[in-house]
Amino acid sequence: MASADTTPVLELTGIGKEFGAIRALHDVDMHVHPGEVVGLMGDNGAGKSTLVKIIAGNFRPSHGEICFGGSAVHFSRPVDARAVGIEVVYQDLALADNLTAAANVFLGRELKRKFGPIALLDHKAMASRALELFGELRSETRPDDLVKQMSGGQRQAVAIARTRLSNARLVMMDEPTAAISVRQVEQVLGLIHRLKEQGVAVMLISHRMPDVFAVCDRVIVMRRGEKRADKPIHETSPEEVTALITGAKEAA
Amino acid sequence: MAMPLESPVTFSNVGKVKWWRRGIFASQTGYVILALLALMVVMHFASPYFFTEGNMQNVAKNFSFIAIATLGITFVIITGGIDLSVGSMMCFSAMITSMVMVELSAPGSAFVHLAADGKTVVANVPGLIFLISVLAGLCAALIVGLINGFCIAVLGLSPFVTTLGMLSIVRGLAYVVSNGRGSFPGGPDADYFYALTSGDVLGVPAPFIYLVILALAMAVVLHHSAFGRHVFALGGNEKAAELTGIPVVRVKIEVYVICALAAGLQGIIISGWLGSAPANMATSYELNVIAAAVIGGANLAGGIGGPLGAIVGCVLLEVIRNGLVLAQVNSYWQQTLVGVIIILAVLVDRIRSRMT
Repeated sequence: MASADTTPVLELTGIGKEFGAIRALHDVDMHVHPGEVVGLMGDNGAGKSTLVKIIAGNFRPSHGEICFGGSAVHFSRPVDARAVGIEVVYQDLALADNLTAAANVFLGRELKRKFGPIALLDHKAMASRALELFGELRSETRPDDLVKQMSGGQRQAVAIARTRLSNARLVMMDEPTAAISVRQVEQVLGLIHRLKEQGVAVMLISHRMPDVFAVCDRVIVMRRGEKRADKPIHETSPEEVTALITGAKEAA
Repeated sequence: MAMPLESPVTFSNVGKVKWWRRGIFASQTGYVILALLALMVVMHFASPYFFTEGNMQNVAKNFSFIAIATLGITFVIITGGIDLSVGSMMCFSAMITSMVMVELSAPGSAFVHLAADGKTVVANVPGLIFLISVLAGLCAALIVGLINGFCIAVLGLSPFVTTLGMLSIVRGLAYVVSNGRGSFPGGPDADYFYALTSGDVLGVPAPFIYLVILALAMAVVLHHSAFGRHVFALGGNEKAAELTGIPVVRVKIEVYVICALAAGLQGIIISGWLGSAPANMATSYELNVIAAAVIGGANLAGGIGGPLGAIVGCVLLEVIRNGLVLAQVNSYWQQTLVGVIIILAVLVDRIRSRMT
């Protein structure tokens, strides 16, 4: 890819994690460049979610080092990771159904206007900024509609717009296409393209081979806590990736 | 990043929800308001006394007696919690208030010093005893609310169990401190106390005025402050609230404190109207308060509710009570009817949300 010569936004060296006697991750090296979409694949228990949780600041690694934007970082809470520009779109999207799209985008970081000592919500500013973000994502989502009434694709757009708000430099998406319809999958993959266009690095954690091959520039395969493959997408095939995931092929 | 700002999104596939299917029109509160208006029209034809000034004053006063506590519990219900201790809290708070009032007025207790004229020192400042005693009552409620909030938010106990326990604890304390006899507001400031709790301004009952002010304040807090937004988010999806960095523990403690303070204030007002704070005061009022909130559209599963609904629920309960009296129906029917209405209100809302 064109972005390969720039400095990586995220670089992991020798990341390992033990939970008591269980070795969840062992000596994982990886890097993600700005504007690159990396697919993270692996069977259940391969260490994908542990890796994501380490990057997102939920766990601290037992070994190894995380570099973000060229400098070493140590996260003790998810808030720390968010502060440097790492956002996670959770599988269940973490949306409050009873609130509007705009309210969900700004949840926990509401825009306020001061009236003397009292700070009240600035509904107008939040709605117009949210509409702007939905525009960037080319999603037909009205800021004032309740999330309850939205389609799966629109809900994804709301969750992704939230990450755009903070100008995240790395967005990790956990199974974004797992529970939505075919047409909506198309929309979500479109959203990932929008992020890429804007120079955001995306890590896509997915079980769905077609999705990974549709949007990713590179695919990383995990198996038994180790990185088994790290290949540009055009140098591999769904068959090879399946073989790597199941262990039919040891490494590539 | 830079995109043309004028109409960044086109909505070819996504229609706009019609105005009558949004907001208040599509809420249980809206339906209950309609039912209430219909009921009032029926009452008008059934009894010529219903719309007289005296009866309206009566209705306004009576529903104000549970409405302030209903506003408070609505906060808790929106977060998906419940507070069963409001009835006991009303009693306890009222009792502390009147006991402090009497204590500060009477010479002889350890805290009170006599001035030169034979009265106690605090009694020489008009209104000071009143102020201190009301603050003491609210303080008692505040402490109970903090304990509720701590147990639920920090220790992770279930709201139902915690507040059920607190219902019993606080009621027990009320009996202990008064030795089962209850207490009576007294001393030089008792007149202020009665004027401010059961008096009226230009024919409008004082509790009703407090209610309107508090309801307006609540509307602003719920819909135009970050705290209110977080209260709704907590009821909608607690995990999401946590992941987006909302201080969940703090918000939870705050709603239980608000609920306790509202109940305390309500109790003090009721004791002014009763002229005493008996130890069995406001027994089982928690059920009326919760019923009013639920009839008005607050959802016990969390995420939905507001001041208008809370008030409408209380008005509906009171109009029914009042109506049954005017229609000379045996007043024992009242409870039965209230129960029917709780179920009907929720049922209508369920049918409506199935249809859309």
